[in-house]
Amino acid sequence: MITSKESLAADSPDHAPHETFVLNLGPQHPAAHGVLRVLMTMDGEWIQRAEPIIGYIHRMHEKMGENRTYAKFLPNTSRIDYLSAMHYTHAFVGAVERAAKIEVPIRAEYIRVITSELNRISSHMVWWGALLLDLGGFTPILYAFDDREKILDLLEGLCGARLTYCYYRFGGLCNDADDAFLNGTRDFVKHMQPRLKMYRDLVTDNIILRKRLTDIGEISAELCRKYGATGPVIRGAGVAYDVRRAEPYSIYPRFDFKIPTYPECDSMARYLVRMDEMEQSLRIIEQALDGITAGPVMAPKVPRVLKLPPGDTCYAVEAARGRFMVRIVSDGKDTPYRVKLRTPSFSNLSLYEEASKGMILPDALAMMGSLDLVIPDIDR
Amino acid sequence: MKTSVERLTGLFVELTKRSAGLQPALTTPNPPTDAAKPELAAAQPSAPLPVTHATRGFDFDATVAPADVVTAAEIMDREGFAIDAVTGVDWIAQNEMEIVYDFFHPTEPVRAVVRTRVPRAEPELPTISPVFPGANWHERETHDFFGIRFAGHPNLKPFLLPEDADFHPLRKDYQP
Repeated sequence: MITSKESLAADSPDHAPHETFVLNLGPQHPAAHGVLRVLMTMDGEWIQRAEPIIGYIHRMHEKMGENRTYAKFLPNTSRIDYLSAMHYTHAFVGAVERAAKIEVPIRAEYIRVITSELNRISSHMVWWGALLLDLGGFTPILYAFDDREKILDLLEGLCGARLTYCYYRFGGLCNDADDAFLNGTRDFVKHMQPRLKMYRDLVTDNIILRKRLTDIGEISAELCRKYGATGPVIRGAGVAYDVRRAEPYSIYPRFDFKIPTYPECDSMARYLVRMDEMEQSLRIIEQALDGITAGPVMAPKVPRVLKLPPGDTCYAVEAARGRFMVRIVSDGKDTPYRVKLRTPSFSNLSLYEEASKGMILPDALAMMGSLDLVIPDIDR
Repeated sequence: MKTSVERLTGLFVELTKRSAGLQPALTTPNPPTDAAKPELAAAQPSAPLPVTHATRGFDFDATVAPADVVTAAEIMDREGFAIDAVTGVDWIAQNEMEIVYDFFHPTEPVRAVVRTRVPRAEPELPTISPVFPGANWHERETHDFFGIRFAGHPNLKPFLLPEDADFHPLRKDYQP
């Protein structure tokens, strides 16, 4: 890779003054996949400083959390990261269940795991298609959305929504999974396994993709730690940090799955982590489909208007983009005193300024694609 | 040396001792009494839940004095923790602002919380962004929402709110 310094030495005579210019990327830019603005100070093709400017779709979810009951805030959780809605609802109901000591029936836990992992695959499919679109490959997104459509159809049959599910309830689920869903999920797993192999052959091993991602966009484990980056970003830096293992929740300890890690720290490592993760999600779904038993899907006697005991409670989940944590502070009333939403995209983007220094613009955009940002998840 | 709750408790002995006179029962929320009588509200602390991961979602909870947050962040940094979030809570009945620092550990199963309180009239404390650069954004957001000033922060201008915002929407006395 040519660094900024080397390029200057090559391009300009020693005494020539060189200028920088400001490049305003966004807030409407196709590579940002949402209203994200990055103010870049450019030294020719090289980035001197890239400052993300966020807040364009800030909706103050945390304030909304304070002025309505727990149940009324529940639909909001699907709208923070709209591609990862199941996980976000899971964290919120999990925090309430933890504080109110509600025990969730085992069948509901199984269905939560199945739907969460399906949601992870559908989210990764959007990322995969969009990243390749950014890099100039148009066809993969058509395949990706074809696969994703099957998941959306399954989840629509289950809860009526295709994106903002709000399917989990305090103490269980809003309705039981029928045989159509369970059989359809089994069929989907059979469909998806050869598809992932095909994607590996056609896309992952493609020389153009490799050259765009390999050894580019280094994000080290230390950088992740200092900025709190999680999910595929930290796992692409060789750290096997996954909330499903670090802070086990639901019934994830029952399943046998690997946490894919790649130590290369480059954009390719983050790409490969997500591709492997989809295989692991399929493994979890298969095990859950084998293990699921009949039974209730709602805890008995969950009060309609919940009041949590005073104090603060946290609940973290592994969302598609990384660690999502809800902190509920209660003062004993029927509305939360404070709801804090710790979102993965916020922390993952916060390292962008430091990580993009000295990169050329197209590489920095490929790196941004490898972070898998969802802008409403940053702005909340 | 592996990080554990016991080890952290040892490392925080001095800091928590120094915060002892700060305020009674720091995790006690507002009792449902008249906000106009803060002395009455502060007089009835209820017992906080025990701190275990199963009951609260974190294993370690320490209260430090506002001046000690940088020292606390340095301890967490040395122990290999990653910054999770920084946020505030407005305890209007007690006339205080709470600042909560969340940390997670990338390799050890320990979740830690460090908190402090500042007076509501003068909500200022040092920034931890030199220790954890990731705190920069979290502190900016906390400044947006609560008006808590982080002394030494390199860029404390509106972040998620509009650039001309002069209001702090998560303050309990905020009127839209």
